[in-house]
Amino acid sequence: MTPDTTAYMIAGFSVILIGVIGYMLSLVVRNWMINHRQRK
Amino acid sequence: MDSITKKPFPRALLVLDILAAVSLAVALWMALVYAPRELVMGDVQRVFYFHVASAWTGMLGYLLAVITSIAFLRTGKMNLDVASLAGIEIGLVFTALCVISGSIWARPIWNTWWTWDPRLTTAFIMELIYAAYLLLRRGVEDPAQRARLSAVYAIIGFITVPLTFLSIRIFRTIHPVIFGGEASVGSSNFVMSSQMLQAFLFSLFAFTLLFAAFYWHRLRLGLRQQQIEAIELQRRQDEEEE
Repeated sequence: MTPDTTAYMIAGFSVILIGVIGYMLSLVVRNWMINHRQRK
Repeated sequence: MDSITKKPFPRALLVLDILAAVSLAVALWMALVYAPRELVMGDVQRVFYFHVASAWTGMLGYLLAVITSIAFLRTGKMNLDVASLAGIEIGLVFTALCVISGSIWARPIWNTWWTWDPRLTTAFIMELIYAAYLLLRRGVEDPAQRARLSAVYAIIGFITVPLTFLSIRIFRTIHPVIFGGEASVGSSNFVMSSQMLQAFLFSLFAFTLLFAAFYWHRLRLGLRQQQIEAIELQRRQDEEEE
């Protein structure tokens, strides 16, 4: 019988998608900080 | 400010961003809906599509980093140092995602979150070595010396990449060997159906686009940072001379 491992699947995909979105946000924040430094 | 800091947002990069986002959404649909459920492991096997794609993206970053590091040592162009850093930073993020998602996949299949299996161990060492690269950069103030040391370190550190990739073929391991491995009772190997293979290949494609978009953004950011630091350094030197 196939085991129910759906919760682990959701956790696995969540980790990857949160990581991708987190890195994207870090690029946005650093870009914003560079713009701020450039204006000074 | 010079030309690069004034450059407008490239339209090609915007197109790449949109393509990457759409491809990622399609890859997610293929992984969750299109590909059939694996009978032995159940739904957790679907993590495989993004887990391997993350590893691929990470290794792409390290590969670009070693190429740009060699090019830097040959030419001395500081832009190549920025390119190397961009590759390693993205590589670190994606190999970390690969290791964590692999650990989640392992829990119901191997009955443990972590084991010192050759593949897991080499991947962990690779992650630590590249994390140390970032620490090394923070420790050296002179930009030229920092770039030279970082390039040498990136080239030596790259040894861990093929070692990690080949570890499942060189050593005895419980990690699945999907291509060329044998699916048997008690192993976590599995045979891919054609729909699974399509979902897998599309995930690789989507993550490659995502990598290209991230790399381009990180490169632009690094080049702007480099220019602003040079201007600030020049300003400080002028003030000291006065």
